[in-house]
Amino acid sequence: MKILATYNIKGGVGKTATAVNLSYLAASDGLRVLLWDLDPQAAASFLFRVRPRVKGGGKALIRGSREIDASIKGTDFERLDLLPADFTYRHLDLVLGATKKPTRRLARLLSPLGEDYDVVFLDCPPGISLLSESVLYAADSLLVPLIPTTLSLRTLDQLTEFIGGMDGHRPDVLAFFSMIDRRKRLHLEIASQLPEERGDIAATAIPALSLIERMSVQRAPVAAFAPRSRAAQSYRDLWSEVRARAL
Amino acid sequence: MLPSLVRVVVLPADDAGQPADEAVRGALGGRFAVASAGRPRTARRAWLDTFDWRLHRAGCTLEHVTGPRPAELVLSGPGGTQLSQQASGLSWPALAGELPAGPVRDRLEALCGIRALLPVARAVSTVQELRVLNSDAKTVAWIGLDRTAARQPVATRLPARLRVAAVRGYQPEAERVVRLLAGLPGAEAGPAASPLDAALAAAGRRAEDYSSKLAIHLSPGMAAEAALRDVLLALLDTLEANVPGTIRDTDTEFLHDLRVAVRRTRSALKLAGDVLPAGLRERFGAEFKWLGDLTTPTRDLDVYLLGYQDMAASLVSAKAAELTPFHAHLRAQRAAEYRKLVRGLRSARFSRLTGEWRAVLTGSPAAPAGRAQQRTGRKQPRQPRHRGQRAAALAAGRIGRAHRRALRQGQAITPDSPPEQLHDLRKRCKELRYLLEIFASLYDPRDHQRVVKDLKGLQDCLGEFQDRQVQQEEIREFATQMMGEEGVPVTALLAMGELAGQLGHSQRRAHERFAGRFREFASPASEHRFRELIGEADK
Repeated sequence: MKILATYNIKGGVGKTATAVNLSYLAASDGLRVLLWDLDPQAAASFLFRVRPRVKGGGKALIRGSREIDASIKGTDFERLDLLPADFTYRHLDLVLGATKKPTRRLARLLSPLGEDYDVVFLDCPPGISLLSESVLYAADSLLVPLIPTTLSLRTLDQLTEFIGGMDGHRPDVLAFFSMIDRRKRLHLEIASQLPEERGDIAATAIPALSLIERMSVQRAPVAAFAPRSRAAQSYRDLWSEVRARAL
Repeated sequence: MLPSLVRVVVLPADDAGQPADEAVRGALGGRFAVASAGRPRTARRAWLDTFDWRLHRAGCTLEHVTGPRPAELVLSGPGGTQLSQQASGLSWPALAGELPAGPVRDRLEALCGIRALLPVARAVSTVQELRVLNSDAKTVAWIGLDRTAARQPVATRLPARLRVAAVRGYQPEAERVVRLLAGLPGAEAGPAASPLDAALAAAGRRAEDYSSKLAIHLSPGMAAEAALRDVLLALLDTLEANVPGTIRDTDTEFLHDLRVAVRRTRSALKLAGDVLPAGLRERFGAEFKWLGDLTTPTRDLDVYLLGYQDMAASLVSAKAAELTPFHAHLRAQRAAEYRKLVRGLRSARFSRLTGEWRAVLTGSPAAPAGRAQQRTGRKQPRQPRHRGQRAAALAAGRIGRAHRRALRQGQAITPDSPPEQLHDLRKRCKELRYLLEIFASLYDPRDHQRVVKDLKGLQDCLGEFQDRQVQQEEIREFATQMMGEEGVPVTALLAMGELAGQLGHSQRRAHERFAGRFREFASPASEHRFRELIGEADK
């Protein structure tokens, strides 16, 4: 079982759209996939039409008093399951803080699912917190969506540096440009140059397309409701790159 | 991901009244929306089981579904569990081990053992998948609406079936769907059984219509002769039921069951045939001996081939691959013996035997007379000493006598006794076992089981002793034959020598165990159980 986390310190960069679309494409490829919506805003749960509620809340899950297995919901798509968000996830840092070895906690909770799933996607809330540290320890790969700006790149470097300082397990970092605005020269320049210069940035970039925004109206992955669209093709290209590198 | 709840609701056939899909929408309308998931598809279905219904007995059904989608094997178990795997290009009959690798094959190998899977019913289905949606338009359950028509012997529409599968985490909603559907007029909700029973009924069959176990019900007060005729008729039914499968060589158990029926018939004739009109025992006894002898060589070779992998794996000095020429020789011998067997089963002698035997047992006017009757031209009366004898007395008398004889012969055996003496005792024990089996329905099942268990321990030991003896002799015979063949490497003969050595070792171990096993069989407690069973305990 491989654990892939969509993560960025910044919000609104396309983490959830990536997690939703890549998990759908992975399941379409025949893999058994679980997506854990760790963000109390519950956008991924909303997109899969699953109500954001977990019995006992985040506390029961993290403490292990309630089996993860019992909270998993099937999506409308074959082989793709979801562990929904819950509004109590906003306190996950506190709950994690009260456990032994909090940064190892997520990895421990996920390990029994190894027989049921080939891939687990973690859709993380923005920010740097105990939860994100726990995600870094659990994940085999981090998928980092970046808006092509200088500041975003600085954030990526900070993240890489932080991971470099971690003890023991370190996830592989694969960033990719997201929400590229074709009208902005800077976006196009950065997105075309940097993947050639840096090994940690994927060649595929996800454009800013209204169809991706329409996911919230359709409440489905873009490849499910508009499979022939450019948006769907972009995610397919990204999934091919991620699959080749991370799986 | 996987449907965690599968329930079936059966609706009456929808060619009269409201179509089933409209009925579903109507039933769920207030609570859930229903959406079609794709166009209906037509699939051909064959239900498979072994000749002795091992899957049905285990509460399982196996379907081979072919149609526009990739062909699939679906194994449903008790309580709605289901395994499936893709399986195209299959033809039946087939052994489970010959199916493509996958979870269904793994389970089937354990369930079917060495028995082949055969089609027991066929049907054509139109399947329509429906999604059941909650107020978020989220799928909470799937309904597979299955309209099936059995194909043989005449097309018959079966009741429509709705397979309700919960999406993971939505069991309560799916339960509610089942309850709403079960409220439809004429609907029945149950576990996920397949429509097999309905398809079988349409074909005029019923499940478990064959068992290798004797299924006769005798009553203690019935006339002894009538009881024996019932037993012999049931054995003849079993024998004849196994002839087509033996001739087609579907699996090795057809011949095995056929032989058991012959042996039981011979024992019943030998030990109780005197209650039949005079002359029948002698005449048919000889014919059934011919039939038994006809089947022996093929069966012996089957036993070798079935145990071949284990034998090869048990070699210590020789390599398993060195036995390959022996395997080839066994197969060639088996093919030759099987041809002789088939000729025998297709012969006029065989059909005359079974035809006349049935006529005799059913008392049909075409029944041939016994030899004595043929000689004198007069109808031979039943022997007067059996007149008025009841089934219970016949069974008790013959089982008691066979038991005493086995005890007597066993007590005469010492560590220095020749193998023939153990062989004779094995025959006596077999006769006793067959008597116990054919008269089983006269006794309390628990008492009967205990007595059979006492005997079985001894039989296993004697069986092993004798089988190993015969196999050693046969290996020598095979080795002699193979020496005359071209290109047989000496390593093969050496490996066979090692096998013979192992068989000898195992025979010696069986001999060593014999005294202990016989002591248990002859113990006062065991003897008491025997006497109690047949009602002699007070004497």
